Amino acid sequence: MSAWRAGPGTWALRIFCGLGFLFLMAPILIIIPLSFNAEPYFTFTRGMLTLDPDAYSLRWYEQVLLGERWRSAALNTLIVGVSATLLATTLGTVAAMGLSSPAMPWRRTITALLISPMIVPVVIAAAGMFFFYSSLNLTQTYTGLILSHAALGAPFVVITVTAAMAGFNSELLLAAASLGAGPVRTFFKVQLPILSPGVVSGGLFAFAFSLDEVVVVLFMAGLEQRTIPREMWAGIREEISPAILAAATLLILIAVLLLLALELLQRRSNSDKP
Amino acid sequence: MMGKSRTQALLLALPLVAFIGITFVAPLGSMVLRSFHDPLVAEILPKTVAALGEWDGGALPPEGVYALLAEELKQARADRTIGRLATRLNRQASGLRSVVSGTGRRLARQGAPPWAEALPRMNKAWGDPEVWHALAQAGRRVTPTYYLNALDLRMDADRGVTQQPEAKRIYRALFVKTIGVSLAITLLCLGIGYPLAWFIAHSPPRRGRLLLVLVLLPFWTSLLVRTTSWIVLLQQQGVLNSLLTWAGIVADDQRLTLMHNMTGTFVAMTHVLLPFMVLPLYSVMSGIQPVQMQAASSLGARWPRAFRRVYLPQSMPGVGAGCLLVFILAMGYYITPALVGGQSGQLISNFIAYHMQTSLNWGLAAALGSILFVAVLMLFLLYDRVLGLDRMRLGS
Repeated sequence: MSAWRAGPGTWALRIFCGLGFLFLMAPILIIIPLSFNAEPYFTFTRGMLTLDPDAYSLRWYEQVLLGERWRSAALNTLIVGVSATLLATTLGTVAAMGLSSPAMPWRRTITALLISPMIVPVVIAAAGMFFFYSSLNLTQTYTGLILSHAALGAPFVVITVTAAMAGFNSELLLAAASLGAGPVRTFFKVQLPILSPGVVSGGLFAFAFSLDEVVVVLFMAGLEQRTIPREMWAGIREEISPAILAAATLLILIAVLLLLALELLQRRSNSDKP
Repeated sequence: MMGKSRTQALLLALPLVAFIGITFVAPLGSMVLRSFHDPLVAEILPKTVAALGEWDGGALPPEGVYALLAEELKQARADRTIGRLATRLNRQASGLRSVVSGTGRRLARQGAPPWAEALPRMNKAWGDPEVWHALAQAGRRVTPTYYLNALDLRMDADRGVTQQPEAKRIYRALFVKTIGVSLAITLLCLGIGYPLAWFIAHSPPRRGRLLLVLVLLPFWTSLLVRTTSWIVLLQQQGVLNSLLTWAGIVADDQRLTLMHNMTGTFVAMTHVLLPFMVLPLYSVMSGIQPVQMQAASSLGARWPRAFRRVYLPQSMPGVGAGCLLVFILAMGYYITPALVGGQSGQLISNFIAYHMQTSLNWGLAAALGSILFVAVLMLFLLYDRVLGLDRMRLGS
């Protein structure tokens, strides 16, 4: 192991990678202490640097957690995110089962079609959705937002569940059938439990997408449907207030939780495999 | 039997295919349609447009056309559609906005036949054949105008396609800039990401997992949060500038401008897209046996040669996947340049959003979007051809 890395630049590589990881993490870590700033600034005050307790406060968290605007944004985010995730996960899981069947015709084309929402730049998708949904009077409605987010989140589910299906032993289906289980029973009792880590991680991806999506919301949502990312966008663009740093810290916390959940799911699906 | 499972598989995929078809493909289709199909003028001035179709294009149209225009402009003013008409015609030939709305106002109060004399008296533009040519052009339902504009071209009165005046040429340069920036960011991500992925993939398992989290956490953190962080770091009174000033490297009155320009776009976009490079690289590299490198060096190959001949070729699928992914994503990037890019750091997507939301020139937005869409679609097909979409994986 060491012999092949002891070539040129072991230390150079380490320092380079150290800087690389610093580059990745520093922006995320720097925001956390700043969100406790007692002053309405985006930068460290002298008091913060000397660890003066008076320089720190929870006022921005108060604003985010108790303020009407952020509360209704959080509610909207949840409504849109959960509905879109449920829709995308259901349709995506069923479709992935079809795609994984060896008998599936036109697999490549259909896969490309189903994954395309993930690849097409969101600005383009959002523009098209604005045109199309406004002709159906669905702009500035929850329905329009939910449908858009479900379409853009579904590819994540298709990909993760297809990957999980690849490790699925299809003889189990035959075994279930030979024991007299019908297809519906087989699906819920045999297939779904084994696939569930893939399904849930696909759902988490779809939810994380919706949680972070701002372009479609900018183009399509009315004042009533403003989500957390939309409020953050407004906070950055229109009025710089450290409240967005508090919101950002909370979102980082959510990212950590999502990551932990995925990690656990992965461990579970690995231990399921023989 | 085979036929039955075929149908079954198709039926399973069908709901999502239909859903994506309605909620995603149809919207894209309506955008593409809008980029060349614009019935607005033909709907507001149907008779005038039809009559202009018969016009031989000579000096000026006959009295009949003038009369129809006067009638329909009066109607449009009553229907309150004249504003949209004026805006649309102004895009065909600038200056027409005030001609149309001004004429509409006067027609409401006065005017009598013969219109071929009355209209030019209200606004002398109606005595100019070029204006009538522009009107005839704009009256077509299927129009190349938006694509021409998106490529810095315009249609002249004598129906020749010419360059836009120098000051109005933006989009060709913008496409080139978007491609250039995306390429540069892809290379930057590869340059930083390759060693990182290597380091993670060939660390002892425990440390490897820990290091992977350092890549996954930014990946999972909201894009807006990461962009906010860069604003905090890069702004003039921000952390980086304060650090440099404190260290005495930069004078307090000469703080660096690190954002609201191209630098901001580069730094923040590289940060956002780096995980998309590291993760595919890592998943390929963790399948490469380091023993092979040892074998190569024990056979006398020096490190660079062993790397080039043994390691690099095996890591190429990851390089391809990462580069294509980062490039495709960079081409369509909107949020980060919009927030930290300032004037000079804007890319094509920002102009699409600008025309969608601010200038409300939806046809041009659709044409720019369609061009970008075709470019991305080609890259997407390339990705499928080279790497296979059905083998795409997310995360680790």
